[in-house]
Amino acid sequence: MSSQITTPAAQAAASGDGVLPTRARRRGLLREHPEYLLVPLLFVVVVGVWEAVIRFFEVPIYLFPAPSDIFWALVDRLGSGLYIEHGLHTLSEALLGFLCAAVAGITLGSVIAQFRLVEKTLYPYLIAIQTTPKVAIAPLFIMWFGFGMTSKVIIAAIVAFFPILVNVIAGLRSTDVQRIELMQSLRASKWQIFYMVRLPSALPMIFAGLQIAIIFAILGAIVGEFVGSNAGLGNLILQMNFNLDTAGVFGALVCLSAMGITLHVVMLRIQRRLLFWADESKVTEV
Amino acid sequence: MQRAKIMPLERPGPAAGGASAIRLDELEKVYETRDGKRIQALGPLSLDITEGEFVSIVGPSGCGKSTLLRLLAGLMDLTSGRVLIRDRAIAGPQKDIGMVFQSPVLLPWKTALDNVLLPAKVLGLDMAASRRRADELLAMVGLADFHEKYPNELSGGMQQRVAIARALVHEPSILLMDEPFGALDAMTRETMNLELRRIWRESGRTIVFVTHSIPEAVFLGTRVLVLSPRPGRIADLVEVDLPAERDLDTMASDRFGQFSRRIRSQFKSQGGLE
Ligand SMILES: Nc1ncnc2c1ncn2[C@@H]1O[C@H](COP(=O)(O)OP(=O)(O)OP(=O)(O)O)[C@@H](O)[C@H]1O
Ligand SMILES: [Mg+2]
Repeated sequence: MSSQITTPAAQAAASGDGVLPTRARRRGLLREHPEYLLVPLLFVVVVGVWEAVIRFFEVPIYLFPAPSDIFWALVDRLGSGLYIEHGLHTLSEALLGFLCAAVAGITLGSVIAQFRLVEKTLYPYLIAIQTTPKVAIAPLFIMWFGFGMTSKVIIAAIVAFFPILVNVIAGLRSTDVQRIELMQSLRASKWQIFYMVRLPSALPMIFAGLQIAIIFAILGAIVGEFVGSNAGLGNLILQMNFNLDTAGVFGALVCLSAMGITLHVVMLRIQRRLLFWADESKVTEV
Repeated sequence: MQRAKIMPLERPGPAAGGASAIRLDELEKVYETRDGKRIQALGPLSLDITEGEFVSIVGPSGCGKSTLLRLLAGLMDLTSGRVLIRDRAIAGPQKDIGMVFQSPVLLPWKTALDNVLLPAKVLGLDMAASRRRADELLAMVGLADFHEKYPNELSGGMQQRVAIARALVHEPSILLMDEPFGALDAMTRETMNLELRRIWRESGRTIVFVTHSIPEAVFLGTRVLVLSPRPGRIADLVEVDLPAERDLDTMASDRFGQFSRRIRSQFKSQGGLE
């Protein structure tokens, strides 16, 4: 770096260590990422209008709480540990269900993609099951496995299973023919081709499936709790709804979406770490 | 570029000659397209390649060069005729063959070194020895400092050089190369030509080498096979009796020019474009 030619890019890089006043730097950042301003701005506007409308029309709190009511409900129930206790319950159900679905989906998907006959035999049944709304069979599982955690784990697993299965099969199918030919030219066994080439090649698609599945697993757990349970955020929402504690319901919803976002981000992190070689994650890493 | 020690194979070298390495017997390939049409891509084609020979193949685009190599590698079914490797008709890939495809086909989740080591892994070779060999080969292709790089951090030409190292790591006695140097710049290409020629002379491998470059074909080959436009048949088979010791000056010689001209005119009369 001994050359003295200073490009605009180099100047911008140099300004990083405080050559320009901070305000100018901040303005540059906002020009590049106006969403950093717009996203919080939208939040403030929506919350402000919501609060104003509720106050102005004097809407009763049990019908539609104002943001401030929700905020205080949230602080209150987080402080007492209510949301956390039930949230952890739901989270455990969803994660356990997700894990079962991932193991089953990847295993069965691999078998199906590997053996034509298995696929042809199972295909019509899989389609039949997939087109059935899985939540419709939730009451059966409550009947069979009771109000405890097991039934919810199973429902979460079933709901999360299909997006994984479908993506595993599609991913394993779409392996670049040339990579397979390379392995064949070395007289690799079917098993070697599978674990050395097909499975890693399919990982980006499998991860896309897992990404959907983890959100589905929360959905499955909540639906299961609605149908029959003695704990969990779904159970809490029903109770609060019954008691006309609408602000509490909204608070629980906030907790649920926080859970969803956290899981999504964690999955994304793992994906970036694991699939750094895939083109798409290479672009986002820059 | 550093020189890699090349183990001589325990087979007759180019000088000894005689034994048949690859024999094509009325080989034909017809592709069946999706709408049921039949495309004759290759042949009928008969050819005898002796152990330790270096056969260059040139021919217009789409004439069936890649098809021919894939048939030799046992990667697809032939339509009629036979491919014999060491006098045995093949039905599927052979153990002792190294293949360089037209594109690098590296595994993006493996480092350059691990990509080179792939054949050793698949074939269950001794990993410590293969690792040393891979080091030498990467140095030979000028990538000594790129062991731990991933394919998406390498240029196209670098990727292709990794693929060349990979094809050599298990010391195959037959090497099939499909336009391996197409993505390289002129300078690197010359170096790679010299290296390949040296590897061939030191190891006595049989090499079948597809290229678009007539000078490259003449410089490297003991024979140059000129294919006709599709379906690829033998348009000319040129014995290149240049001295075995060839260097970049060889390309400037009159004899070299004569061979190049002969092949180019054959190419033109077949309606091929260079
Ligand atoms: N899988 C396939 N199905 C149908 N036709 C094919 C298939 N592969 C190749 N062909 C046809 O066979 C012919 C020979 O193809 P091939 O790839 O062997 O040509 P090539 O000589 O290697 O060409 P290039 O120099 O451009 O690489 C082409 O005309 C192509 O259209
Ligand atoms: Mg080709």
